[in-house]
Amino acid sequence: MGLLSKKDSKLISDPLLDNNPITIQVLGICSALAITAQLKPSIVMAVSVLFVMGVGNVVISLMRNIIPSKIRIIAQLIVVATLVIIVDQVLKAFAYTLSKELSVFIGLIITNCIIMGRFEAFALANGPWRSFLDGIGNALGYGLILVVVGFFRELLGSGTLFGLKVMGDPVEKTGLFALGYENNGFMVLPPMALIVVGIIIWIQRSRNKALIED
Amino acid sequence: MMEHIELFFKSIFVDNMVFAYFLGMCSYLAVSKKVSTAVGLGAAVIFVLAITVPLNWLLDQYLLQEGALTWLGPEYADYDLSFLSFIMFIATIATMVQLVEIVVEKFSPALYNSLGIFLPLIAVNCAILGGSLFMQSREIETLGLAFNYGISSGIGWFLAILAIAAIREKIRYSAVPAPLRGLGITFIITGLMAIGFMSFGGMLTGGDEAAAPVEKTTQVEEVKKDVKQKEAEIKTVLSIADNTNK
Repeated sequence: MGLLSKKDSKLISDPLLDNNPITIQVLGICSALAITAQLKPSIVMAVSVLFVMGVGNVVISLMRNIIPSKIRIIAQLIVVATLVIIVDQVLKAFAYTLSKELSVFIGLIITNCIIMGRFEAFALANGPWRSFLDGIGNALGYGLILVVVGFFRELLGSGTLFGLKVMGDPVEKTGLFALGYENNGFMVLPPMALIVVGIIIWIQRSRNKALIED
Repeated sequence: MMEHIELFFKSIFVDNMVFAYFLGMCSYLAVSKKVSTAVGLGAAVIFVLAITVPLNWLLDQYLLQEGALTWLGPEYADYDLSFLSFIMFIATIATMVQLVEIVVEKFSPALYNSLGIFLPLIAVNCAILGGSLFMQSREIETLGLAFNYGISSGIGWFLAILAIAAIREKIRYSAVPAPLRGLGITFIITGLMAIGFMSFGGMLTGGDEAAAPVEKTTQVEEVKKDVKQKEAEIKTVLSIADNTNK
């Protein structure tokens, strides 16, 4: 990255793998699991969080000197809630069916712990540009897990990606289904989201031994 | 009475916040290492949910819903403030959590010290906001049912965190593969527990189907009555107009 100094690019690259908000920091899991049965809502969710975190981090960082520390939590909540209302209204206007599908989980971005966590840990102590990069980096790390989980759950659960038939047609038995492949309907159900994330954590920690807990 | 019982069991087992909707997962995973702390947080969640859900129900009913402002005057009848619900709900929750913190600190310092860090944590627990948002999207009808929903979904959450804390205390003595230790195995156990809880799904389906058609027919009849009344009114107005013209 020519644009960014080494220190700045670390802000983006770190949360992607070694300090991933979901698998390492254990933050923001609530909304991450519920909407990953298909790839499309996962991506919409990732983009929404990207927007809220990027803008929110900049706003908080600009206001960090005027927010009294006693009421900082409610100040942060108001900033997040305002941004989430914008996202919600935009989704309702331009992608109504999708916003119905995501139902309350767009609203739950407000209580996404990653956002509060980054406000507390980073934006309150750093300048706007660095906070912006940090927000983008963490949101990308969050989005990465969402997309990976969504990809596997949709592919193995319904044989499609973005609603397109990738594995062939399950009814007319074309493609892989002709060879006797069956959709694993279990992948679409809620419990498998947990187990897929568990497996991602497993793979990640066996590759990087430093992350293993005792 | 029946609908109260139904809602109670449904929110604890079938629509369990943790296992069916993954709400409040962050604190569920972070605070479930010991049974004693898990119980403390679970009790606090029940308490806060039981207060905030009915409170937000009132807000939703008298401020936020479309046409909810009619009590102010007929000119406010077509106001729709529902886009404000996120900010109102989160403000209520943050205020209530702060209030609970102050009250507990004043009257029971021992409990305050043992809960300490968890209390402010509750403000950003998705289970709390999720409770209010589900209350809104499922259109719960009365204040009593909203209170019931708050308490019972809190109990469901309490049950989940108690169970996982107990399992995690025992799992310390078993040979889990090293990379899976801690977070990974907790995820997978939660997944297995969620599979178990899915079997509660068939528990209450019988009642719903029987009750639904009755409501629909009454609504249609009411609409028909309304239409007939309107027609009669129009006729009388027309006849009056005719008379005056003559």
